[in-house]
Amino acid sequence: MKTLRDVKVGDTVKVVKLHGEGAVKRRIMDMGITKGVEVFVRKLAPLGDPVEVNVRGYELSIRKADAQMIEVE
Amino acid sequence: MEGQIRIALAGNPNSGKTTLFNKLTGANQFVGNWPGVTVEKKEGKLIVDKEVVLTDLPGIYSLSPYTLEEVVARNYLMEEKPDAILNIVDATNLERNLYLTTQLTELGIPVVVALNMMDLVKKAGDHINVKELSRQLGCKIVEISALKGDGVREAAESAIEAAKSGKTIPQHSFSGPVEHALAHIEEVTVHDLPEEKQRWYAIKLFERDEKVVEALKLSAETKAHIEKDIAAAEQEMDDDAESIITNERYVYIGQMLKGIYKKKGTGKLSVSDKIDRIVTNRWLALPIFAVVMFLVYALSMGKSIADGGISIGTWLTDLTNDVLGGAWLQDGSRAILESWGAAPWLVGLISDGILAGVGAVLGFVPQMLVLFLMLCLLEDCGYMARIAFIMDRIFRRFGLSGKSFIPMLVGTGCGIPGVMASRTIENERDRRMTIMTTTFMPCGAKMPIIGLIAGALFGGSTWIAVSAYFIGVAAIVLSGIMLKKTKIFAGDPAPFVMELPAYHLPAWGNVLRGTWERGWSFIKRAGTVIVVSSIVIWFLTSFGVVNGHFGMVESLYEDEEIVTNEYVAAVADRMDIPEEEVEPMDDSILARVAQPVSVVFRPLGFGDWKPTAATVTGLVAKEEVVANFGIMYAYDDNDGEEELEENGDQIWDRVAEDFNAFSNGHGKLAAFTFMIFNLLCAPCFAAIGAIKREMNSRKWTWFAIAYQCGFAWVAAFIVWQIGRVFTGGMSIVGLILALLMLGFVLWMLFRPYKESQKLTVQ
Repeated sequence: MKTLRDVKVGDTVKVVKLHGEGAVKRRIMDMGITKGVEVFVRKLAPLGDPVEVNVRGYELSIRKADAQMIEVE
Repeated sequence: MEGQIRIALAGNPNSGKTTLFNKLTGANQFVGNWPGVTVEKKEGKLIVDKEVVLTDLPGIYSLSPYTLEEVVARNYLMEEKPDAILNIVDATNLERNLYLTTQLTELGIPVVVALNMMDLVKKAGDHINVKELSRQLGCKIVEISALKGDGVREAAESAIEAAKSGKTIPQHSFSGPVEHALAHIEEVTVHDLPEEKQRWYAIKLFERDEKVVEALKLSAETKAHIEKDIAAAEQEMDDDAESIITNERYVYIGQMLKGIYKKKGTGKLSVSDKIDRIVTNRWLALPIFAVVMFLVYALSMGKSIADGGISIGTWLTDLTNDVLGGAWLQDGSRAILESWGAAPWLVGLISDGILAGVGAVLGFVPQMLVLFLMLCLLEDCGYMARIAFIMDRIFRRFGLSGKSFIPMLVGTGCGIPGVMASRTIENERDRRMTIMTTTFMPCGAKMPIIGLIAGALFGGSTWIAVSAYFIGVAAIVLSGIMLKKTKIFAGDPAPFVMELPAYHLPAWGNVLRGTWERGWSFIKRAGTVIVVSSIVIWFLTSFGVVNGHFGMVESLYEDEEIVTNEYVAAVADRMDIPEEEVEPMDDSILARVAQPVSVVFRPLGFGDWKPTAATVTGLVAKEEVVANFGIMYAYDDNDGEEELEENGDQIWDRVAEDFNAFSNGHGKLAAFTFMIFNLLCAPCFAAIGAIKREMNSRKWTWFAIAYQCGFAWVAAFIVWQIGRVFTGGMSIVGLILALLMLGFVLWMLFRPYKESQKLTVQ
């Protein structure tokens, strides 16, 4: 399973499914990362975590541990 | 209030909500907190119609039950039932902003959308068919520019109109299986509620929203019944109910916008993107961050301009302290009162008690205003979110937020603004943890204590100061790791999914208003606390019983009939000092109380009345500790000697001798544990006032103070008991206890724990 965590900086991917449950999953989805949406991985924070992604036209910061819950193509 | 129209202002963070609120209400604002939580609540009367009250809800992305802000907003909307919702939507970020709109329109409350930043959309060459969007959403849309004030009046008038008409609007629909389940749920659970509320409750029940399930008090039978419907829909859609709803909202928005939102799609980098490429660049981010932090610190609390630094804040504060605090308030009031022939105790109370306290508070204000101004600027321009982005990796290990860096840094100057700077942290858990640990950083006022200890017993070694910072940082790190595993902190989830808003030029109105709000809240809260506590401490040090007579010790000592030679000899004996060193203060309530209280500090190595009294007066202001040592070690600057140095230079010998005497030769160790305790224990009253203000809860304030004192005591205990293994003269019982405590701390540090997924806040 490929997750958002594995995506290289500069790549755009499509979200297939969200794993996990509860608050974190809901929060990720509330912010617009849902099935079928395109996510562009813009950069890594200077200390290697979190990642900055562009989704639905805005910038979002997400921890690698949480990005692992997002399955992508 | 009866007959009054109430409108709620709702919207995403960074959508221009604060700007709009300020434009709509002007100066008619009331700032407070939502009951029992640390979330700020603002209300104001509309400029266009003073009869209308506008409530500014916290900035939210959704109405989920998982974040404190969302719960606060939800409860307000459901329980207080405002007459209308004014929903501000950022047109440059339409999809995610409309996601909240789809939830607001389900509540059965009329909604008016204020479409903000349309000018930027047009400038980018994009096009939004506002008419069609309004038709599809089923609510009125007013195009506005909150920053320029365009359309703001019209938005307010539309909201009032909507509130008066009281009509609710049509709602969008979900896919077949979901609608099927919703219809069923509505039928069996909520058909006796008002019609316009039914859909919201049905959707929440479908999502298995625990707070709503609880509020409706459904029977077990009904729950089981609707559970079947939900499960059927989940089976069909292959996802959990909550995710189905979230997903479908975005799908609905995506489809709706297809014909409405035309993007030019040049793919060019915006100015904000270009800035961000540099500011959060892999290599440049940390140096830039360091420079920004240095400027924040240096400008507000660093070296004063008068001393060749760049700090406007320190310069103004020095000026206020010298002129306003010292000369005008204290000396001035004393002169006036004495000329009126006021009783000495009254002069003392007003000049040395109350006004000295007020002066101490006012003195901080300029520094704080400069600091808050810069924090507001950082927040408003969008850099604050980047700080969290850059520092998150380090701080989240200790249960803190990346934004906790600022309170900690500011805390090295003064703990009060440090505590108040925690307000920028979104997550309540992180914020509380930051408030509790910020004052562990050695603040400016603790420096003289370090100077005294280093000078008196360690030959002025700089390692003592270095160790003080090390102890402060270690206390924060250890506390963070231990506390985040405790029940009260592990309760709340900390999803770190954060928007990085586009950079923009600060809106000066917002910045200045924010600065003033924080400054004023400091003056009010910290002011009352410090005034009351200054009076108490003044009373404790000025009054006492001298040879059976109660009164001001200074005046009683002037009476030779009371202070007889035998009496002086008795005091000297009690205090274990030569007769010529007997001072009025030796008979103060503080000195009397310090004697028995010092038992508490005996296991820490400094169980003598002098360090005890100094520690207690340190609560007024940490600078007082050294000043008090001066008094207790009989340094009299009226005796033709020069004034006592800040670090107590002149009394080093006496301090060293005394520490060595009462600790049986372990003077260095005892002095070190004294320093540890004073660095880590409860901060001064003004900082406690700030903690109370930010915690917005008595319970949490007491918990914070008790934790700090407990942590300080345990740390000093462990150092004293284990330290004596090396210096000789250890106590077996003490050592065993110290090792047990150390073991407990280590267990707390390394025991595994799992982050909870549930929000405990009601």
